[in-house]
Order: sequence, then structure tokens, then C-alpha cells
Amino acid sequence: MAKKMIRDVIRDTIDEEMARDDSVIMLGEDIVGGMGSAGGPEAIGGIWGTSGGLWAKYGSDRVIDTPISESAIIGAAAGASLTGKRAIAEIMFADFIGVCMDQIWNQVAKFRYMFGGKSKCPIVIRMPYGAGYNAAPQHSQSIHAMVTAMPGLKVVMPTTAADTKGLLTQAIRDDDPVIFLEHKALYGLKGEVPDGEYLIPFGHARQVTQGDDVTILATGMMVGFAEKAAAQLAQDGIGCDLLDLRTTSPLDEEAIMDSVERTGRLLIVDEAPPRCSFATDLSALVANKAFASLKAPIEMVTGPHSPVPFARELESAYVPSPDKIVAAAVKAMSYRRG
Amino acid sequence: MQHSREALIQAYRQMKTIRAFEERLHDDIALGEIAGFTHLYAGQEACAVGVCEHLGPADYIISTHRGHGHCIAKGCDVVGMMKEIYGSSDGLCKGKGGSMHIADINKGMLGANGIVGAGAPIAVGAGITAKSTGNVSIAFSGDGACNQGTTFEAMNMAVVLKLPVIFVFENNHYSEHTGESYAVGAESMTVRSAAFGMKAIKANGIDFFSVYDAMRELIDYCKAGNGPASIELDTERFYGHFEGDPQRYRGKGELDRLREERDCLKVFRTKVTEAKLLEGKDIDAIDTEVEALIERAVAESKAAPRPTAAHVLEDVYISY
Repeated sequence: MAKKMIRDVIRDTIDEEMARDDSVIMLGEDIVGGMGSAGGPEAIGGIWGTSGGLWAKYGSDRVIDTPISESAIIGAAAGASLTGKRAIAEIMFADFIGVCMDQIWNQVAKFRYMFGGKSKCPIVIRMPYGAGYNAAPQHSQSIHAMVTAMPGLKVVMPTTAADTKGLLTQAIRDDDPVIFLEHKALYGLKGEVPDGEYLIPFGHARQVTQGDDVTILATGMMVGFAEKAAAQLAQDGIGCDLLDLRTTSPLDEEAIMDSVERTGRLLIVDEAPPRCSFATDLSALVANKAFASLKAPIEMVTGPHSPVPFARELESAYVPSPDKIVAAAVKAMSYRRG
Repeated sequence: MQHSREALIQAYRQMKTIRAFEERLHDDIALGEIAGFTHLYAGQEACAVGVCEHLGPADYIISTHRGHGHCIAKGCDVVGMMKEIYGSSDGLCKGKGGSMHIADINKGMLGANGIVGAGAPIAVGAGITAKSTGNVSIAFSGDGACNQGTTFEAMNMAVVLKLPVIFVFENNHYSEHTGESYAVGAESMTVRSAAFGMKAIKANGIDFFSVYDAMRELIDYCKAGNGPASIELDTERFYGHFEGDPQRYRGKGELDRLREERDCLKVFRTKVTEAKLLEGKDIDAIDTEVEALIERAVAESKAAPRPTAAHVLEDVYISY
């Protein structure tokens, strides 16, 4: 076990997989950095510090720095993956998915189905996402609902250093297209990481806290916020069963149902806006499949129906806070029928 | 091209305002006064001002993530811009957009933009409007955005529709952290633009007069109904891609050399004083005036009202 920051885990995991399998390649803007400059290649090693040293080790044929051309990055990664490579593409900010949506939505996600199951496209699309940097409406969004809604894509949202290793290894070796969402605010988070080969199969939630009163479902940065809220609620005698879902597609329905059937109360925490969201998706699932277990209406703490604003005060008001999570849990606990 | 004394003073004032604005931001960001990602325009002032001095409110521009210079050159309120970057609810965009999204539609400034390559297609649309009023639409892009498919599509559509759109490529030689020679496959942006079937020229992006004269020619060309045009401006940026960028891609002493040899404000001062069009004291007086304006902008920004949670849901729609 070694203690590492998530950004270093990402680089090390890619390194391990590139060493293990020659077909693994990387593409993205400035993933090498400094190409064609006096400072030379690897002057930055990726703006998120997630690819330093890989170009020097594997060369330009496998670590491919690209122009700013998101459609071509995803298209090229898709084409390479369709023809025998395992491409890891980086979109510098998840918001830039807008530029390359066709390649993801109409191409990558649908190849296998359209081609009658006769192809595979083992691409991993890494996208840093989320608020916390006051980066304003075009650099702060949580886009997991959009990609979770697309049949053909698997969607991963790691929140710990260990999970990042296990899930990214699985993503690279997975034969289906994977969207790997990295919360920008978690890159510096440190945690113990298992040595050697470590894979976490998709579709298995992580139990963060155990409790019998309220089930809390969360992803990304919201997991840590919910953990804080759960600690505060525990002091007031409210036990929270907090699940970090880890993958939104496939989804660990079994863990969700088992928990809700035990607690009878559900609180969903989602950084994204509330409409047609991952929160509403989970809510519909539980309302449909565990209606009889529910002792209170399903609570949702989400961003508002607005873009992510710039100013510090506005972004803070936008992002769900531990206080809001506590309040929603208390509300669920206080509900009385009729 | 002959310039009146007033026109020279105005051009220099605009360039100096951009420079002072950016240098102050550089300092205040280092002090932690400003949130978010900020991309400074210092070094490229001759481009924005050389283009925008030809334009009126009914001409349109669209900008990039490195947008402060274009905003100032197109007449956006400098105090309102500073307040915006400081995140005040009294800012030009009420603290919602910050540095990367400053816009003032009434001034014909269609916004800085957080998405590389997003501007050119929008400029084509503004070109449809401009065509109907006898005006022009300008798409500012960098050597990074010139590689986006959106930019290619916009250039082709502007040719096909014969629109008065001018694609201004400010080549500061770095797309973020990558050198131009690596990322731009064509010999130049001019060669590439010409291949789309439009008039394409180059100008010296650190010389206001070179940019200004070239733009006069292109604007006249577009207004005569000849369709779009393109210009590549060879320029320099004096700071990183964003504030906080350690700029390890730069060569040793590169920034010092650029500031010494390729500073568009110094070039302007030398040209106008040697030609005896302005005196050194005229320029010094503008420097003093501009420094006072920036000082006032910062003081007002620090005292300006802050947004509250109640503002988050405002302006998502006009009515809902």
C-alpha cells in the first residue's frame, strides 16, 4: 500500500497498463505539453498532472499530443479502438463534450449495436468535470447524466485513490466504451492504493457509512460532502447508509434496493441540475421498485436549474453543501404520513 | 494611412488600458483577490486595437478565452469588466460569467468564450445581420482555435454565403502549452484560409499601424460585397496560457526578450515619437491617466456589491 494523490494514481495506472499491453495508447490536448516549443516535450506533462513522464517512456506513437480538436481526438481514438488499439482519450474539461458529442453519442456508443455485435471499441474517454474552481459556466459542469443516458457507454466516477486505480484499470481492459469522469476538486485527494494488479468490476457501489435510518446515494465530490453530513447526523442519532455508486452505468441496483428496503428513506445528492438528471433517474427507480418500503418522500439535494455561475458566492450557493444534505436528511426523518 | 493626433492618442489609450488592466489582474490574482481561470491578453494589444479602431457599435466581434483586450478595444466599460472579474453582482455580467465570458451585446461585443473554436460560427451568424446593415462581423481566434472543425466550417460557410466576416487569427505561437509548429499542419493560417476561397493576408501583430492598415483594406473589401476575408497577425503573449501557468514550454530568457524586442506599446511609442506625430510627454500623460482609471476600477470593484444565493436562478430565462 502506498499513499498517493488521485492525479498520480491516474498517471501510474495508465503507466502500468501501457507497460502491460502495447495496444494501449493515449490522445489529448497538451497531455504531453510543450510539443513544438523551446521548452520541449513534457514541459507540463498534462495540465492536470495526470500524464507526466508517459511520453518519455512510451514515445509519440503511443502518447499522442493533439491539436485543440475535440471531435478529431474522439474520432481518432474511436477509429484506433475499432481497429485493435485501446485508446485513452482525454477531453481537458468535460464541458468540451459539446464539441465532440457526435463522435461519442452517434459513433462510439452505437458501433457495436449498429454493426450487429461484430465490432468492439475499447475506448476510455477521460473527462475532468465538476465545480469548485470558480471556472464559470463552460468549465464547471457535471455531465454524468448525459452520458449515463446513452446506451452503449459505461460511466465511471471514482472518488478515492484506491477506487481510481481499480476502476481505471477495469476501464482500460474493458472491451466496451467507458466514460471515465474525474472530479477536478478530487485530484489532490490522497489515499492508500493497493500495490500490484487491482481491478474493481463495474456496477458495484462502495459502502461509505452504515446506518439504518436514511440511505444516501452520491457520486463524485458529493460523496465526501455526504460523508461529512453523515458524521454530523450520527451525532444527532441519525444513522446514514451512504453508498458511493462509483459507476452510474452499469448501476448497482441491488445495493440501492437492499439499503432502501432496510432504511425506508432515500436521499440523493447530485452536483448536477435537477431536471432529467441522475438524481431523478435514481428516484424513479426506487419509487418504482421499492415503493412499499418508503416511509417518507424521496429527498434530492442537487444543483439548481441554472448554469454553474462564476462568482465565489454564487458557485458556493450552487453546489450542494453538507448543511443542505443534513437538512434534507432531517426532513426525511421528520416526515409523518397523513 | 494618415492618423489624426486624436486618433493616435485614442489608439494608444486603448492599448495602454488593456496592458494596465492585464498587469493589474496579474498582480491581484497572485494576491488571491480573484477567483477562477484568467487568461491575460498583454502583448497582443495592437491586434485588438488595430482591428476595433475601425469598428462602430453596429459592427460585431466575437472573442476567445483571452478576451479582455477585445472587450476593451470594442468599448466595454472597463470598470464594469473589472467588477465582473472580481465577481461582483454589479459587474458587466453580474458575476455570472467572470473573465472568460465578458460580453456587451449593445457594444457589438458578442462575448469572450470558454470553448476554443466556438466563436467563428457565431461570427458567421452575426455576419448575416451585418450584411443587412452594411456592417462587418469579426471572429477573433488564436492559433489553437484555427485547428478546430468549427472554425473550418465557419470559414467555408462564410465563403458560400458571401458574408462580410473577417477571420482574425492572432498567432501568439502557443495553443495553450503547445507550439504552433507542432499543432498547425498548414504552412500558415493565411494559406489555409486562402484554400477556403477567401482573401487572406498577413500583418505584423505587434505593430498597430500594420494591423490597422491591413484591416482598412479588408473591411472595405468585405463591405463591397466580396465575401469574407482572413488575416493572420504575428503577435506575442506576455503571460502564461492562464494565470498560474509556469510556462516551462518557453525558451530561456524568451519572455524577457519578447518584452524587450516585441512589445507593441514600445513599438508604437517609438514610431509616433520618431515621426514627431506625438511627443513622449503626450504618451506619458496617457499612461498616468490610464493607471488612474485602473486604480479606480479596482477600488470600485473591491467595494462593489456581492452576489447572493438569490441571484443564482436569475437570468437563466427571460420568462419561465
